[in-house]
Amino acid sequence: MIKFSEERLKKVHEIIARYPEGKQKSALIPILHMAQDDFGGWLDAPTMDYVAEILQIKPIEVYEVATFYSMFNTKPVGKYLLEVCRTGPCMLNGSDDIIDYIKEKLDIREGETTADGLFTLKPAECLGACGYAPMMQLGEHFKEHLTKEKVDTLIAELRAKAKN
Amino acid sequence: MAAKVLLKNDHIEGIRYYDTYRKHGGYEAAEKALKMAQADIVEEVKKSGLRGRGGAGFPTGMKWSFLAKPDGVPRHLVCNADESEPGTFKDRYLMEFHPHILIEGLLISSFALGSNATYIYIRGEYAWIVNILEEAIDEAKKAGWLGKNIQGTGFDCEIYVHRGAGAYICGEETALIESLEGKRGNPRMKPPFPAIQGLWMRPTVVNNVETLAAVVPIINMGGEEYAKIGVGRSTGSKLLSVCGNVNKPGVYEIDMTISVEEFIYSDEYCGGIPNGKRLKACIPGGSSVPIVPANLLFKTAKGETRYMNYESLSDGGFATGTMMGSGGFIVLDEDQCIVRHTMTLARFYNHESCGQCSPCREGTGWMYKILKNIEGGKGKMSDIGLLWDIQRRIEGNTICPLGDAAAWPVAAAIRHFRDEFEWHVNNPEESQRRNYGLAHYADPIHVPASA
Repeated sequence: MIKFSEERLKKVHEIIARYPEGKQKSALIPILHMAQDDFGGWLDAPTMDYVAEILQIKPIEVYEVATFYSMFNTKPVGKYLLEVCRTGPCMLNGSDDIIDYIKEKLDIREGETTADGLFTLKPAECLGACGYAPMMQLGEHFKEHLTKEKVDTLIAELRAKAKN
Repeated sequence: MAAKVLLKNDHIEGIRYYDTYRKHGGYEAAEKALKMAQADIVEEVKKSGLRGRGGAGFPTGMKWSFLAKPDGVPRHLVCNADESEPGTFKDRYLMEFHPHILIEGLLISSFALGSNATYIYIRGEYAWIVNILEEAIDEAKKAGWLGKNIQGTGFDCEIYVHRGAGAYICGEETALIESLEGKRGNPRMKPPFPAIQGLWMRPTVVNNVETLAAVVPIINMGGEEYAKIGVGRSTGSKLLSVCGNVNKPGVYEIDMTISVEEFIYSDEYCGGIPNGKRLKACIPGGSSVPIVPANLLFKTAKGETRYMNYESLSDGGFATGTMMGSGGFIVLDEDQCIVRHTMTLARFYNHESCGQCSPCREGTGWMYKILKNIEGGKGKMSDIGLLWDIQRRIEGNTICPLGDAAAWPVAAAIRHFRDEFEWHVNNPEESQRRNYGLAHYADPIHVPASA
């Protein structure tokens, strides 16, 4: 049985209080972000049901939102999700080469996770970093001006981080 | 000319923080506004000629004056920080480095409109900026600019940051409202407009980040003075985010009187094109506005200089002009493939279609597949006509403008670069090895003597 920690529950209620009484459903997206962060990087049915229970809404209201927004993962993903932008402006600056390089380096295809469960490659559409292309989103941060060397360094760092 | 309005303190270290911002004139506009009548603030914004900076360019003062004020019903101001139009990252810059000008603009606007609970809807990917904004809100609150009875006026206002989760469609104001209510981002039918029934069916104004930040200089200098910056109906300053093949990508503030040529080649702005390459095409206002070839960018079809403002960029309509849009300025050099670039945009709009209206849901996917075929050397000549036909049937036939936004880039690419598409179809193998190149796209256009 999953459950937010006391501290996180406090945050959940703080978020709910931002909206008028009876409009607690407005807190759904912010709370789904918290659930995804806390419960393994993706949203399974029990997690979504738990969020529905907190917000006193029907589970289907959570499912339909979780499946609409691209930041919510409804399938398991690796520990590190590499979301490489490939829309126009990034493409002009070589994002296709970066995606190909990651595929080759990690020996996975788009949308796949490495056998060790560390990395998932997910091509993304415009993330708002067009002037600093090519780029990827990694968790809550952007990695910009990517080169093959930067990808090497990043992956080595993440591998080392995962060991500790 | 470079305008120093929103980014006038860009060079000051620590301007992100309240104390520094305040020391450099921050919250003086708020002090002034809180002593004004609410209707007078709206009047100043009207006089300023400020137009919505999100892309549509609708007059802000007029939008504010539509807000219904029924007794006993709360009203809301919502800041649209869902910046997602490919090529656009100006709001990000403003929020990341100048959060207090947005908070001050939000406070003044909330006061003018009577919003006691104001929300910033920010795209989910800008996660770290949520922290920056919340920190700025805390600072402003501690200094007495937010909360209860602000500066003894009796006005209460809270600002909350609400994070989205990755959906371009939520930049459309009614989809944003749906999303803020905890639902899928499906745009609503209008009417009723948000000004009458918006967030939780209450009267709501939704404005872009840059628009709301611009309220600060408008109050500081007065609407009439602000309107003197710029030209014609393109008043004030505009932030532009530059990307693609330029030497100096980034965010620039201009006063809308400079020429497009100067903007691209001056060292003050884009700094020209890297490696001495020549310009092939440009999308000056975010991915949904028409792409224009080099020979229609610096001069209009009439042979007049084209300037960086709403009117000049759209001179010639869609036949030979484009749009100011969101200010997402995308530059393509001679080595870029228009077919491939258009394909990535078609894929983007297909990915971002909410699926509610069939012309957009089906049409965007169909266009993407056809473009992928042509790009991959598997296209037929009839595909080009088919693409034209599909985009024409999407445009104007959807609830929200995403359909138009998806149709226009495809239409403009075929309109101006049809021979590049034909070359791909006729040379399927060669097109996989090399790009079409600059061809004739920078050749001067013959202007009839009578024009």
